[in-house]
Amino acid sequence: MNQLTRWFSRNLVRIYACVGFAYLFLPIIYTFAFSFNNSTKSNLVWVGFTWNNWRNPCGAPDICNALGNSLKIGVLATFLATILGTLMAFAMGRYAFKGRPIINILIFLPMATPEIVMGASLLTMFISFGFNPGFWTIVIAHVMFCISFVVVTVKARIASLDPRLEQAAMDLYANERETFRRVTLPLVAPGIAAAALLAFSLSFDDFVITNFNSGDVNTFPKFVYISAQRGLPPQANVIGSSMFLIALIIVLLGQFVGRRRAGVR
Amino acid sequence: MSTALLHTGSQERKALISKKKLLPYWLLAPGIVWLIIFFLVPIYQLISTSTQTQGNGIGTYVQTYRFANFIDAITSSKGQLFRSFEYAFLATTFALIISYPLAYAVAFKSGRWKNTLLVLVVAPFFCSFLLRTVAWEQILGEQGLVIKTLRVLHIIGAQGHLTATPFAVVAGLTYNFLPFMTLPLYASLERIDIRMMEASGDLYANAIATFRKVTLPLSLPGVVAGTLLTFIPAAGDYINAELLGNPGTKMIGNVIEARYLEIVDYPGAAALSLILMVSILILVMAYVKRSGTEELV
Repeated sequence: MNQLTRWFSRNLVRIYACVGFAYLFLPIIYTFAFSFNNSTKSNLVWVGFTWNNWRNPCGAPDICNALGNSLKIGVLATFLATILGTLMAFAMGRYAFKGRPIINILIFLPMATPEIVMGASLLTMFISFGFNPGFWTIVIAHVMFCISFVVVTVKARIASLDPRLEQAAMDLYANERETFRRVTLPLVAPGIAAAALLAFSLSFDDFVITNFNSGDVNTFPKFVYISAQRGLPPQANVIGSSMFLIALIIVLLGQFVGRRRAGVR
Repeated sequence: MSTALLHTGSQERKALISKKKLLPYWLLAPGIVWLIIFFLVPIYQLISTSTQTQGNGIGTYVQTYRFANFIDAITSSKGQLFRSFEYAFLATTFALIISYPLAYAVAFKSGRWKNTLLVLVVAPFFCSFLLRTVAWEQILGEQGLVIKTLRVLHIIGAQGHLTATPFAVVAGLTYNFLPFMTLPLYASLERIDIRMMEASGDLYANAIATFRKVTLPLSLPGVVAGTLLTFIPAAGDYINAELLGNPGTKMIGNVIEARYLEIVDYPGAAALSLILMVSILILVMAYVKRSGTEELV
């Protein structure tokens, strides 16, 4: 008994962590499990196992149109936000210049503003300039709220670089451009990749800002929100689970590659 | 001749230096322009809309500098405003209680599984935010296992609910913003030099004293960052209240959304948005200032 309590108190943090992980993953497991449900109308009660939803993920009306829009918007917004944000991160991480505190505040503000305020204000602007909300207003909005996250992520990577590596390149007669291309950029690349991944998942997952600025363009989160009121089709669970698995594999692969590279060095 | 050459040399160098001086601005320009046009200008538009009044016809508004819009907005929705901050505060507290041991375990107790566990902490984030909320709605809902079990065990009566309650809304908020709490906590815990904790033990501090005097103070930056990153989105959220709540759990986000997209009362919605934004900024600044001074003590 005494031993048991001692084991318990020694492993308290671990046990707690296990409970924490169970809590984190319960809805994911639920979503995954119910993607195999042979439900006809609403996916609330377990009916029976089937592969049909996975074989035919576009089976629910409009779901793949919404998914396609989300993917297109995600890729475009990630591309633009990653370029703009990375350029800013280099300026912030590498140069001293006047007006830095103001730029810092401008980068911080979108992260400290509730989504609904950003969504509402953008819609106000689009309306007063006579812009019809649609596909491109969503892309514009997503780039806007992703930039700051890209800057923060890439800047952290730049700050953690060992300056001696670049000095060494210069000592070996590389000029500035070569140093940047062959030393700095490859070293910062993992940070840029992480930022792009973050930007994509923020964009793909966004509902609030999108809902304000989308007009009649459907996106995957919007599809889920609208159909949740009538009962979500199991195909939505299939798509959610696949996105989850794909992202997980990308991140784990990235870690694996990173570790192998570190091992080689 | 030679002086002329020297002269051009120095001028060229000057040109080069000024070019270099301008470089950061060129790098910043595209992103800053984007943020100005699509973040600052909209906020300005929001401010200007907030004092407009109804013109001819629904949805058309004219600028009349009616600052009473703000008073109207507060009096009509102060319940939802306070509720938003109350729920966000509760959710942030619960998230901190859940996340701290989790981040601690990943940072110090996971050995070679550290990176994998870290991925697992963020992983739920990869599944759509709305799908997870709907999943909670169904897990806790009338058809779900949880409520049936609780009813069989007579913990909840036949009339009791789990969804459509303030409890469900706060639980949903806590869950959805948990990674925002865990990651900064982990980042600051991971940075702690483990020798500090060992030194504290060598100086006869027990585990609790070590935690209180060494680990916790050193992890405070993470606590501050995590609580901010959780509190801000939670206070403005309306999805959880919409999917997991009832008409009595509406938050300020629900009011803003309805006024914008359903009632088409742009000035009222704009005024409420500004009130939300400014009160969050004030709370955030007060909090950062306070926790900053506490860190010094």
